[in-house]
Amino acid sequence: MSALLKVDGISKRFRGLLAVDRLSFDVPEGGIFAVIGPNGAGKTTLFNMIAGVYVPDNGTISFAGERIDGLSSDRVCQRGVGRTFQIVRPFPALSVEDNVIVGALMRRHDVVDARTHAHEVLRRLDLYDKRAQRASSLTLPDRKRLEVARSLATDPKLLLLDEVMAGLRPTETDRIVSILKELNRDGLTILLIEHVMRAVMALAGRILVLHHGASIAEGAPGEVVRDPAVIDSYLGAEDI
Amino acid sequence: MLSRLFENVSRRALVLLGVLLVGLFGAPIVASDYLLTVLILILYFAYIGQAWNIMMGFAGQLSLGHALYVGLGAYTAAALYVHFGIGPWLGLLVAVPIAGLAGAFIGYLAFRFKVGGVYFAILTIAVAEFARVGFDHLSWTNGSSGLFLPVAQYTRNDLWLLRGQPVMFYYILLVAVVLAFVFCRALLQSRIGYFWLAIREDEEAARSAGIDTFRYKMIAVIISSAMTSFAGVIYAFYYNNLFPEQVFHISRSIEIILGPIVGGVGTLFGPIIGAFLLTGMSETLIAALHALGVDIPGAKQVFYGFCLLLVIAALPDGIWPWLSRRIGLSEREK
Repeated sequence: MSALLKVDGISKRFRGLLAVDRLSFDVPEGGIFAVIGPNGAGKTTLFNMIAGVYVPDNGTISFAGERIDGLSSDRVCQRGVGRTFQIVRPFPALSVEDNVIVGALMRRHDVVDARTHAHEVLRRLDLYDKRAQRASSLTLPDRKRLEVARSLATDPKLLLLDEVMAGLRPTETDRIVSILKELNRDGLTILLIEHVMRAVMALAGRILVLHHGASIAEGAPGEVVRDPAVIDSYLGAEDI
Repeated sequence: MLSRLFENVSRRALVLLGVLLVGLFGAPIVASDYLLTVLILILYFAYIGQAWNIMMGFAGQLSLGHALYVGLGAYTAAALYVHFGIGPWLGLLVAVPIAGLAGAFIGYLAFRFKVGGVYFAILTIAVAEFARVGFDHLSWTNGSSGLFLPVAQYTRNDLWLLRGQPVMFYYILLVAVVLAFVFCRALLQSRIGYFWLAIREDEEAARSAGIDTFRYKMIAVIISSAMTSFAGVIYAFYYNNLFPEQVFHISRSIEIILGPIVGGVGTLFGPIIGAFLLTGMSETLIAALHALGVDIPGAKQVFYGFCLLLVIAALPDGIWPWLSRRIGLSEREK
């Protein structure tokens, strides 16, 4: 499989803090790639560089063979990279349906087409029955799925998920895991940042472990969790 | 397109709208001269409130300087008429682009350099104030001594040159209010309307959903300012005199935004209801005080302040969202 996303030697410094340090990795097309690591490891910074919120100080990011580093986040989305926010940011005063229609309108100019597409996405995410509710009235698990729905409605080739399982109960986690697996089967490439190892182990084909902004291990889930450096810095022996 | 305008509109809402329209179109038949001037003022504020609402209620950009666009429209059309005898409808062809450009200028400065929130609002005040001082010294429009349109006693209405009786202005403004209402509803139901609401709700999230927020905020400012300038043109030909100290003054900008805030920001009926309540009630108050032989300067402003306090305390979303629930209607954009 060829690389859909190619991250090559990127760094980001915030004043004295080197948040991401010469990081390189490839996300294969059609795969599910997870980035894990302790708090403050630079995961969200990495994510924001891919999504166009920050410009990397060094290095390049290529998506589908084209450079996307330095593009604004709306341009990155237009290229086919969807994202969610770690702290969910639905449009609170809009209905669930309208939230997703906004995403669907990116590639559709007709509101009726966009609504049809939004309904399909809402069904996949188990939110169709709640489509008339205000987004602000949803529970956290529903809001997390709405976040995924709005992003999916933009028809991304790559979906960036920033801790969508955080704060969810195990049953809710399993529900999202099965939805994501299904989306991946239909051809969606997924890059997730996650703390919930249960979800990471169930989903990821490949894991990158980030520590102090640098990669300390990369490989298949089974190998990575047995890596002494990973156990030492992040997982702890009893977690496995 | 037209059928989509009536989508999701209940029969009840259509009947109410119909009754309201018939009432407004028939009003001049029964209204006294005084009542007619009050109604003209109400329609004037309803129209501008609707235009302001596009920026604030839809796209979430607070303008506290809409008097700028009124003034630019008024002065451009009036000066063209006074100096070259160019009528107001042709004057609009110049006035509207000028106001739109002024809006684009403010928008570009603010959005390109990421000036948002209160700082954006301050910028809109600053440019309006700049215009006020500038026009005070502009000899072409007679500076601070004011620009006057020639007036005579009109027995017939000249619609082309807007020379005539108040009733003509009443109907022009009524048509403008209706068109603005329909236009805003069409905007809200379109792609651009969804993008505006998304930007209003959360700009960063909107951008990550692929929306070019700079572009759509610019469109909102330009449409709003261009629409507002039309009211300015009508203002000039209705009052026949223009003073920079009056038309560009910040109190005018504040007066413009009170209606939509009291009526309900972001709703289509809010600006209309707000204008009826505020202008209608304050004029009634002044007339009542006058009849009692009391003359209190600033009574209107005190009344506005009181209304604003009341609405903020009791109905922070404005009157329309509450009223629409009470009479069994509701709006998507509520």
